[in-house]
Parts: sequence; structure tokens; C-alpha cells
Amino acid sequence: MKKTKFYNIHERLGAKLIDFAGYLMPVQYTSIIDEHKAVRNSVGVFDVSHMGEVRIKGERAFDFVQYLTINDVSKLSDGSVQYSAMCNENGGIIDDLLVYRIDENEYFLVINASNIEKDVNWMHKNNSFGVEILNESDEYSLLAVQGPNSRKVLQGICDRKLDLEYYRFFNAKCGGIDMLVSRTGYTGELGYELYFKTDEKKAEEFWDKLFDIGKKYQIQPAGLGARDSLRLEMGFCLYGNDIDETTNPIEAGLGWITKVNKGDFIGRDAILKVKEEGVKRKLVAMISEERVLPRHGYEIALNGEIVGNITSGTLSPILGHPIALGYVDENYIDSDEQLNVKVRNKEIPLTIVKLPFIKK
Amino acid sequence: MNIPEDYKFSADHEWVKVDGNTALIGISDYAQGELGDIVYIDIDSDIDEIAANETFGSIEAVKTVSDLYAPVSGKVIEINERLEDEPELVNSDPYGEGWLIKVELSDSSQVDNLLSGEDYKKQIGG
Repeated sequence: MKKTKFYNIHERLGAKLIDFAGYLMPVQYTSIIDEHKAVRNSVGVFDVSHMGEVRIKGERAFDFVQYLTINDVSKLSDGSVQYSAMCNENGGIIDDLLVYRIDENEYFLVINASNIEKDVNWMHKNNSFGVEILNESDEYSLLAVQGPNSRKVLQGICDRKLDLEYYRFFNAKCGGIDMLVSRTGYTGELGYELYFKTDEKKAEEFWDKLFDIGKKYQIQPAGLGARDSLRLEMGFCLYGNDIDETTNPIEAGLGWITKVNKGDFIGRDAILKVKEEGVKRKLVAMISEERVLPRHGYEIALNGEIVGNITSGTLSPILGHPIALGYVDENYIDSDEQLNVKVRNKEIPLTIVKLPFIKK
Repeated sequence: MNIPEDYKFSADHEWVKVDGNTALIGISDYAQGELGDIVYIDIDSDIDEIAANETFGSIEAVKTVSDLYAPVSGKVIEINERLEDEPELVNSDPYGEGWLIKVELSDSSQVDNLLSGEDYKKQIGG
């Protein structure tokens, strides 16, 4: 099992550690609900060093990334970030990712931990552009500092004014370490993601500095549990739950990152066909008034007939009731009849709502 | 690990505290810790009896749901109604205010089949 540079810190804090994509990762420190609220109300820190980082270099780096991903890379300028996905020829999602443009000959791709090997193989397989594909996943640490007070905390230890706009990044020295500082996150809050290469000792020292300076904002460590409930309140997809190779970006509600007019890319023909014929099912957001939680895999029924399934569900700590994402047969999405989720021996009513669950 | 001495335990992490021919039932401190934030105790409101080793409801935590297995058999005489609004009592006070149900034991000797606190501690590697 792999450990991040912050493993000793997690142990010291008494975190509950689980195997996630081959890494021992903290799922919670004290309480998922408390950690969730700390991020919404002030500031929390996530160790997400398990994420994968792949650097693409070469004269045709742009052409390669444009062909590999579904969003339009030509919209990026140096220092900007884009949410995107890689699809296979059938339009199935291989992974969702962030694309960082360092410069015209260098891109930095951030991918899901569970997909690193698959993604890198896929990149090599499609490298007819002569680019260098450097898998730097094991070298990078990644901390996400998220919450309304994240800027104030980080400003105290970074040597550059943190005037970054959303989805922009720059290099800065924070706590004495050279970092790529990115105004991105998976929580819907003001937040930053810090990418850096360092040894365990320096990583631990950085963590301690961050928590010292964040003390007056009640900074909290937050685990993967809170990360999941925070992203779900915003309706952000989680790979492996809501999207995978059997789902296409259109039915997953990712039409906004699918730029079929940008030129050729892998999966374009299949996606065009989906757009032409219309989707058979759609990822929708649902709420329930009851306290039984809809969970991944539970069936959605209408008049006793199965018309969909839940892909993610939890109790929203902010709303106080269950929220869920799931695929529902297109024919029943606007139905006047009651949708229900089948939970053990009962059916719980669901209402389809618009995202995000939390209006900010 | 908090394990009170006068409680008996099942291998499924429920505890039983006997008082004459009645018993309180709850889940162990270890179990609540493993579950994490508990948000709902789903016990059938019309449940009359429980039978040893059979499920009598489930516990919803934020990250998982777990069946409740009856550690003993008996007639249900009370359900902890406070848990309706304060399910987190099972996290904060699993052996006290976080009790789940009270039963009248069908046969008080069945408690002898349960684990002592010491044995339970060994089972969970404490």
C-alpha cells in the first residue's frame, strides 16, 4: 500500500485510514459532518496526494492534448486551467481531468488516482504526435486548501499575492517550498490546490506551518468522506461513481465541456451520434425528505418499474436531508408520476431538482 | 477502547445490559466509531419482537449503512425515541443515552451465550 508524505501526520491526528486506489488515505479525522462544515464555514485541508500528475512536453503538445481530451484546449492561455475528460472511441469516459497550460509546448494533466495506469497507457497508445509523456504522480504531493478563509490562511505563508482568478495558477514559494498554486478545488468554495515535490520532513513542516497560521480560522484537516459530501452538494461528478467508460459525457451532464466543433478528438464521432439521436438516460440530481440515504447502486423505480439507478448519495450536512445523483431513463425524467428509490424493503420518494444542491 | 464491565456483547457489535428480566440493547463504542457520523436509526416502528441473530433494523451513517442484528430474543417494550431527533447520541454516548431498544427477555439464560467485555475486547483486537 502506498503512503503519501503526510501519512505520519494522519496517524498522529488519529485519522481513519482506508485503502483508496492503492493508497492509505484518511477518510475522516473526527467527523465527516464536522469536517464538511469546517470547509463550508471557514477552511479545511485535504491531502489528495494520491491524484495523478502527467506532464506533456513537445512541439506538438497542444495537438496531442486537443486530440486526447474533449474540451477545447485552444481556449487556454499560459497559467490557466480547464476541466475536461478523455473518452474512448465509443464516447465512454476514460477519466475526467484538469488540463493546466504551462506554455504552448507544455501541459500538466491531473487525473484520478484509480486511473493513473490506465490513463498513462491510453496516452502512450494515442501518442502519434511525438510528445513526451512524463508520469510524475509519485513525485507530487497535493494539498487542497478549501473554504472561505483559505486565501487569508495561505496568504500568510506564500510569497506572492494570491490574486488568482478561478481556474488560474502560478508558481509561488509557500512555507519555503516551490509550489504550483492553483485556484481550483472540488468543494464549490474559494480554494487552492498546492502541487509540490518535496521529502516527508519538509512536507510535514509545511503542514504544521499551515495549521499554525490557520489556527485563528479554526483550520481543520478534512478527509475523503467530507471531500465526497462537499463535491456531491455541488453536483460534481465522481469518476467510478457517476461517470465511467459506460457513460458518455452528454448523458452525464458534461455537454458543457464537450466541444464537438473544435476539430477531431477521440470519441468525437460517437458523441456526435449521441447528440444527434438524443440521450437514452440522463444524470439527474434528486432529493428526498426522508432520512434513509439513497446510495450508489440502489434502483430507481416508477410504478414498480426500474427506470434508473443511484450513482452517488449522501446526507447533505448543510441541507439536512439526503441528496443524490443518478441516471434516469429520459422518458421518465419529466413524468408527473412519483419516482422512488428502492432501499432494502421499502421505496422512498425522490424529487428531481436542479444543480447545485447548495445555492451559493 | 471503552468497554463497560457489566455489559454483554454479541459478535455483531451489539451490547446487552440486563436488569432482571428486561434488557437494554445498543451498539458498541467500537461499532459507532467504525460507522462514523450516524444520521438515522431505522427500526421498524411496529416491531413487537426480536429474535436472536435476526435483523431488527439498520443504522444509517454518512458513509455506510449497517444492519442491526438482535443479540437476544424477546418482546420489544420500548424504542429510544430520542434517537428520532438525535441519532448522534449513538456516537456520543453509545452505552448510555444512545441505547436503541428495551426488551423483555424470552429467556434470561440466553445472555450466557454472549461475550463478556473481556472477550469482546479480544475479538476487536483491543
